[in-house]
Amino acid sequence: MDNQKLSTNPTSLKTRFALRFIRSLTRIKMANTPVSSMGTLRKRSQTIKLAADCSMASAVGSKRSWSRSALLKIRSRARLHAFAKEKVVTKKKKKCNRRDVGEVVIQQEVMGANELRQIVPGGESMEFLNLLKETAHYIKCLNTQVEVMQNIVDLYSPST
Amino acid sequence: MSSRRSRSRQSAGSSRISDDQINDLVSKLQQLLPELRNRSSDKVSSARVLQETCNYIRNLHREVDDLSERLSVLLETTETSSAQAAIIRSLLM
Repeated sequence: MDNQKLSTNPTSLKTRFALRFIRSLTRIKMANTPVSSMGTLRKRSQTIKLAADCSMASAVGSKRSWSRSALLKIRSRARLHAFAKEKVVTKKKKKCNRRDVGEVVIQQEVMGANELRQIVPGGESMEFLNLLKETAHYIKCLNTQVEVMQNIVDLYSPST
Repeated sequence: MSSRRSRSRQSAGSSRISDDQINDLVSKLQQLLPELRNRSSDKVSSARVLQETCNYIRNLHREVDDLSERLSVLLETTETSSAQAAIIRSLLM
């Protein structure tokens, strides 16, 4: 069983992400007219970034709190984008931290988890321990995402 | 692992979050951070780990932004089919 750096597992996270992302890239390439200005270039790079985040969240699926949260956000933003004229603001106020769990809140604030909550998707409404677990998984996924994107950039780049 | 357990039942001491659990998860996070990976856990405070975690995640986000920009340019100048096939082959084999 040689595990060098290539994974032969067809259902690994890396593969699931890569396939989705490449499909998105193909769609993006075919949908767009030639990029002519800095503005369209930047817009396209935002589209690509969104596609990457979406591909990763979708590859993870509903197993994780952060991925569920990310998918929800992406989909509701897509809906907003579709109804650009109407201002549809859906305020989904989930159960925020109830302040009656005093012990937990004190620990969180002492440990400075507030910043982390804003960075990890869905972090605002997670319990502290769960936040730590989700963060670990989120970091692993981000690493995979960067790795695959880097591979793709290397492959697309003209070889010198 | 229900995150919806009724919080009205929480009273002092029964919140079930122990220091050990926290320390365990924090040290797992520390292992993921390239900055702090090699230092022993007694020297790095949990607050520091959380801070570094935030920094690291932000760095990763920036890398994704940067790679997206490069892809945006590269997408313009490449043939889809041949590059795509090459990518898929290299990622899956």
